[in-house]
Amino acid sequence: MSEERRADIHPGRLPPQAYAAHFADHVPPLTEAQALLEASRCLYCYDAPCMQACPTRIDVPSFIRRIAEGNVRGAAESILTSNPLGGMCARDCPTEVLCEQVCVRNTEQGLPVAIGRLQRYAVDGLMAGAHQPLFTRARSTGRRVAVVGAGPAGLACAHALARRGHSVALFDARPKPGGLNEYGIAAYKVAGGYAQREIQWLLEIGGIELQCGWRLASAAQLEALRREYDAVFLGLGLADTYRLGIPGEGLEGVADAVEFISHLRQTPDLATLPVGRRVVVIGGGMTAIDAGVQSKLLGAERSTIVYRRGEQQMPASRKEQDLARIQGVVILHWLAPVEVLGEGGSVRGVRFERQRLEDGRLVPAGEELTLEADMVLKAIGQRLEAGLPSACGLAQRDGRIVVDESGRTSVANVWAGGDCVADGEDLTVYAVAHGLRAAHDIDTQLRNGRARADG
Amino acid sequence: MAQLDIEFCGIRSPNPFWLASAPPTDKAYNVERAFEAGWGGVVWKTLAEAGPPVVNVNGPRYGALLAVDRSLIGFNNIELITDRELEINLEEIRTIKRRWPDRAVIASIMVPCKEESWKAILPRVEDTGCDGIELNFGCPHGMSERGMGSAVGQVPEYIQMVTAWCKRYSRLPVIVKLTPNVTNIRMPARAAKAGGADAVSLINTINSIMGVDPETLTMSPAVGEQGTHGGYCGPAVKPIALHMVAEIARDPETAGLPISGIGGIGSWRDALDFIALGAGSVQVCTAAMVFGFKIVQEMINGLAGYMDRKGLASIAQLRGRAIGSVTDWQFLDLNRVSKAVINQDTCIQCGRCHIACEDTAHQAITAQRDGRRHFEVKEEECVGCNLCVNVCPVPGCITMRELAAGEIDRRTGRVVSDTRLQWTAHPNNPLRSGA
Repeated sequence: MSEERRADIHPGRLPPQAYAAHFADHVPPLTEAQALLEASRCLYCYDAPCMQACPTRIDVPSFIRRIAEGNVRGAAESILTSNPLGGMCARDCPTEVLCEQVCVRNTEQGLPVAIGRLQRYAVDGLMAGAHQPLFTRARSTGRRVAVVGAGPAGLACAHALARRGHSVALFDARPKPGGLNEYGIAAYKVAGGYAQREIQWLLEIGGIELQCGWRLASAAQLEALRREYDAVFLGLGLADTYRLGIPGEGLEGVADAVEFISHLRQTPDLATLPVGRRVVVIGGGMTAIDAGVQSKLLGAERSTIVYRRGEQQMPASRKEQDLARIQGVVILHWLAPVEVLGEGGSVRGVRFERQRLEDGRLVPAGEELTLEADMVLKAIGQRLEAGLPSACGLAQRDGRIVVDESGRTSVANVWAGGDCVADGEDLTVYAVAHGLRAAHDIDTQLRNGRARADG
Repeated sequence: MAQLDIEFCGIRSPNPFWLASAPPTDKAYNVERAFEAGWGGVVWKTLAEAGPPVVNVNGPRYGALLAVDRSLIGFNNIELITDRELEINLEEIRTIKRRWPDRAVIASIMVPCKEESWKAILPRVEDTGCDGIELNFGCPHGMSERGMGSAVGQVPEYIQMVTAWCKRYSRLPVIVKLTPNVTNIRMPARAAKAGGADAVSLINTINSIMGVDPETLTMSPAVGEQGTHGGYCGPAVKPIALHMVAEIARDPETAGLPISGIGGIGSWRDALDFIALGAGSVQVCTAAMVFGFKIVQEMINGLAGYMDRKGLASIAQLRGRAIGSVTDWQFLDLNRVSKAVINQDTCIQCGRCHIACEDTAHQAITAQRDGRRHFEVKEEECVGCNLCVNVCPVPGCITMRELAAGEIDRRTGRVVSDTRLQWTAHPNNPLRSGA
């Protein structure tokens, strides 16, 4: 009979009406009354720490003051001038470790100003109504730039270049633009198709030609781009994932968390999306949290995140961990997977070995634990597609593309940013900052007429 | 336990909190509820002479200045005096006074500036058994266009004349209610006293326009396409009212004249301010209109608690205690030196003090120390202006330290003197005494 056993992975674990509620905005938008009251808590600090903590240097006191003065468009203008993806960042930034962490209200009142939610209020307010465009394109420069990857870095770069009058060809490998905004972030953070609404707004600037389904897969393609365009920006993201490298990884029911989330994001009816009865997520970052929480929201009976180090070392912020726990996800620490157990070709559990630190290194503590599982989601990190950067001659460090402080790669006229580069953290807001930084440098170079001169 | 009962120009009241002549005292129904809630007295909404009643607008009568949390900062109105029949009001006053003999019931009156008008109404008012009359010389809108209200209050000779008529034709104590829409409040107060007034009450409301609707570019509040200035009151006017009360209390010509304080009183703390600056009773309107009559219970409780804590047995022991602390600028001690001190333990590093001082004052607060965010007073630049204290969001974080005599003022390099130096004797004053 054991050969007959299939892992318990099924769609439709919840009553049909439950899905919409489970995947609605987890942080609801502020009402006008709430926004005005919250805005009044901002002290309009001198040389505001929140602004310094933002990788895109959004002038937080200014935009909050404008909200308080009833000038929502002006608030959005302030935000989007610094960060054209301010609406997305308002939703998915871990503000608790960025702007809100340094808010002086933490000291006095034990509660920061809700900067992220206010930012969303302003940008949503702008986008909700019919609006005069905030930004207009400068006169065409006749220069052409290829942007590879329509994720946050590429979108920010393309928008900034288009504003400055350059023509942008924006390529993406997937059927839809947006990168992780469209395929990666937890659904309940970007409810209502926000990623595509934002992209639509970004493209309103004009001068950006989007081509989806185009993948950069060879050095020859990059060479062709370099010949055809005045500059190239690579916002490739991290297309590959790390493997566990343990027995049983190929069993049915074992999947990459990013793939699971990507399917979830693209499934129009979540009642049709299969999920395991008992889900084990391996990893400790945001992807692990998102996979664990969304499994639970899909109706998994048990969702367990297992991380090989301790709570303090978890890359996911404390707030995210708390969010997972509130959703009923169990987080276990100091456990490293040693084998995925199967039966009849399907996963039935994961065997873990307890870990401890010895001189800063993880070593087995000599104790094992087996968790039953119908689905195992791997969230132990992503990486560049092996081989491609080397083939293109791009210098790398720690598996990422090396760039200088302007975002230039080691290849002339090629800039890069976002998760694919070895700089900053893997967050939307850093990707945006990279895209803007590169756009600024590309623009400077193109205006100085040095394009391709040193190529 | 502190006693809150008062006797104000012969009028007794179980506590100093009266409802001012205004919509809350429009009729018996409201006043009955007010007395049930605990108000010590009411000044009945202003009576007009017999005949066709006054007509009010049937659109917005009120406008407000609100904080972000919609707490009320200032309030404005264009409602006129009573629009009810005189006889009905008089009958209700009579009934109320009979039902509430221990409470103060005062009738506010506004009739044309003619002797026969006053002569006609005063006996009828007195006949109700009320405790006193208040002459409405303050209403700044509507009635003033007809030569009444503030139109009288702005002409000291009229105040004196009408007050004298009232003293002639009535045995009741006469309280003259003053308008703040004058340049020097001492003049109308002196006129009231010269006319024989038993007391003054102030302030009435201030001429005001609340704003402009940004969509229609119409002033607000407006009745249709147009509005008119209204009378401004509420918390925002308290400092103006306090100044005027203090001026009358410390003017040698009016010192000792009983004052009923009015203007932005919403708590026992506000009442304390007025009483300490010379008021023998206080009148409230806006706070009651925002919160209802029950709020008097919090005022009574707070004031009694304060007086117990300070060992004050009666309102009389508190009344006027701060008057001596009010003087002219020329008598301030120019030898006193204060410096701001920022408590680094409670500073939240918002930097408001720095930017306020840097941009608009004396560049006396640092923004950094050793490359780190740090806000500290540079005593060599600080003039002790108190701006930083006022903009700091943390109560008590920034304080003013007065330098002791003998200390060196690091801004001027001079030793702080232990002798007093007023402008009247300052060497820079060409008109100094003895110069």
